Amino acid sequence: MDLSAISPALLFASLMVASTPILLAALGELVAERAGVLNLGVEGMMITGAVAGFAAAHASGSAALGFLGAAAGGAALSALFAVLVLWLRANQVATGLALTLFGLGFAALVGQGYVGLRAPPVPRPEIPLLRDIPVLGPVLFRHDLVVYLALGLVAGVWWFLHRTGAGLRLRAVGENHDAAHALGHDVRRIRLLAVLFGGACAGLGGAYLSLVRVPQWTEGLTAGAGWIALAIVVFASWRPWRLLLGAWLFGGLTVLQLNLQAARVPVPVELLSTAPYLVTILVLVVISSGRGRAALAAPGSLGQPFHASR
Amino acid sequence: MIVWERRPAPSRALAWATPVLAVALTVLAGGVLFALLGKDPVLAIRTIFWEPLFGPFAGYLRGQIAIKAAPLILIAVGLSFGFRAGVWNIGAEGQYIVGALCGAAAGLALWPAETRWIFPLMVLAGTLGGLVWAMIPALLRVRFGTNEILVSLMLVYVASNLLAWAALGPLRNPEGLGFPGSRNLRQWASSANLELVPGTGLHWGGVAALGAVAAGWVLLARHPFGFAVRLMGQAPRAAAFAGVAPSRVVVLCMALSGGLAGAAGLFEVTGPAGQVSIDFAAGYGFTAIIVAFLGRLHPGGILLAGLLMALTYVGGEMAQQRLNLPAAAISLFQGMLLFFLLATDLLATHRPRWRRAAPSASPLPAAAPEEAR
Repeated sequence: MDLSAISPALLFASLMVASTPILLAALGELVAERAGVLNLGVEGMMITGAVAGFAAAHASGSAALGFLGAAAGGAALSALFAVLVLWLRANQVATGLALTLFGLGFAALVGQGYVGLRAPPVPRPEIPLLRDIPVLGPVLFRHDLVVYLALGLVAGVWWFLHRTGAGLRLRAVGENHDAAHALGHDVRRIRLLAVLFGGACAGLGGAYLSLVRVPQWTEGLTAGAGWIALAIVVFASWRPWRLLLGAWLFGGLTVLQLNLQAARVPVPVELLSTAPYLVTILVLVVISSGRGRAALAAPGSLGQPFHASR
Repeated sequence: MIVWERRPAPSRALAWATPVLAVALTVLAGGVLFALLGKDPVLAIRTIFWEPLFGPFAGYLRGQIAIKAAPLILIAVGLSFGFRAGVWNIGAEGQYIVGALCGAAAGLALWPAETRWIFPLMVLAGTLGGLVWAMIPALLRVRFGTNEILVSLMLVYVASNLLAWAALGPLRNPEGLGFPGSRNLRQWASSANLELVPGTGLHWGGVAALGAVAAGWVLLARHPFGFAVRLMGQAPRAAAFAGVAPSRVVVLCMALSGGLAGAAGLFEVTGPAGQVSIDFAAGYGFTAIIVAFLGRLHPGGILLAGLLMALTYVGGEMAQQRLNLPAAAISLFQGMLLFFLLATDLLATHRPRWRRAAPSASPLPAAAPEEAR
């Protein structure tokens, strides 16, 4: 066992990369849940995005088009969810589960032709002076574009939800859909847009796995990342900046666990791999109990079906 | 435009007809899917739905259907109570794995003793293992209000890691030449869970599944617990006035589903699977969720739905071999089935009415009078 081999700077640098897919997916789910829709199909949308992104990138040779295709694929799957839940009034929990099953099957089917192929590289911006700062350079300024895009998106979602009229309407629909309806807001249209945004973000997160992290297509490559994203949204109590903290915490745990394995800590690999899941449960318990609960402001209409009387 | 109008009471006839409609739509959509994959759709559908029942190898394949249906039905009956009461145990797969591990460990601790008490002891250990695993999300929800969907799901990943650890470490066969996996429980007379009647595929798991259907039926229709479950799901406030303690229902529903899932895991590891191995978990715990919904959360319906789902497994394997169809096509097929079922559910509680566009096209939609729901 040699813990000194674990360098904190490197750990933090790889944490930023490891947390990006769950951050993207969680951000989309946060917006959907703020609009009052609980979409448990994140895992399915992520893996669909992963395969759609890989296919688009492979066909066009451009990673940017790949990410675009991934967002479109994730959004298309979420549109299916939206139709079932918002128009056909299906149970949100069951529909979300169906979406995950469907997405996993669909992605495996489409992905068969792409096993073993390489993805085109994702551009890395050359940030001239900043990247040469001794410790901060490698930690903050040597990543690919998508890492910065995800961080920008967190700021964008915060600004949208808390500083714009449209964001206020979205939150109103999530807090009390009957009141929002009575005020003349189109509940279903707002929710549809929120769900589509959630799907697109989950697709981007999936594509980050298949185009950057792995970077190739393998069946089931999301391995529960979508479910972790769902947990992070609760962890963050539906607030964008806390979401970033949560994603870093879980990205950090994944990286740390890999590092501990490499450092030959005398615990079986399989048991170390359970750490992120156990910590998720622990965090869920802490935030849902006692004083934490007061701060836990779940949207009032979350998961409830909306029936406009006419 | 079409307006969906709530029926005064849900149509009973349609409640049973919509699953049939959903299956028909899935077959149609599946045909389109197979055609897109470049396969003959009629042949594919025939291979999946007809061959296992009436084809030349039906004698063998019907037994396979019973083997696959047993764990699905056993788990789904348990889940259906929770789903009725709004207790979402999504982690049956984890409870299934832990049940198999606990049961196998209890049996292997006594290896190579030969007594007929070992198998019942293993069943007990497996049931308790699944039950205890399900108690984690149940007690966390009751005590701290933690979301049981996320906790039970996280525990699936923990359980599958435990399975890999057990198959490579503590439960590994010491005479297995270093290969992962436990001793073969099927070849040890004390633990073997073999076919009871040759050619039917019925093992103790199948017997337990039939027992669970019968007991579940009685429990749901005739027992105060079944009443409490139905009341809590349909009218939580009325349930509170009727003296139903929500936390008691949560714990009992989770215990029931966890215990049955654990038992299903034990019957599988001693029978069809034969040993604890890394690839032991086949997703029955997740498919059982579809089975529960397809069966309308009713034990009788679940029996039929479990048999149908097992048919798609067996037929799907046939189609994989014969038509070179990918394995993933079947899980896609099952996802579609659940989609169509949820979509057609609306027909039972609402009826479509053709209505001209509402006249409230005024610039002030808020001024339109609102009907109370």
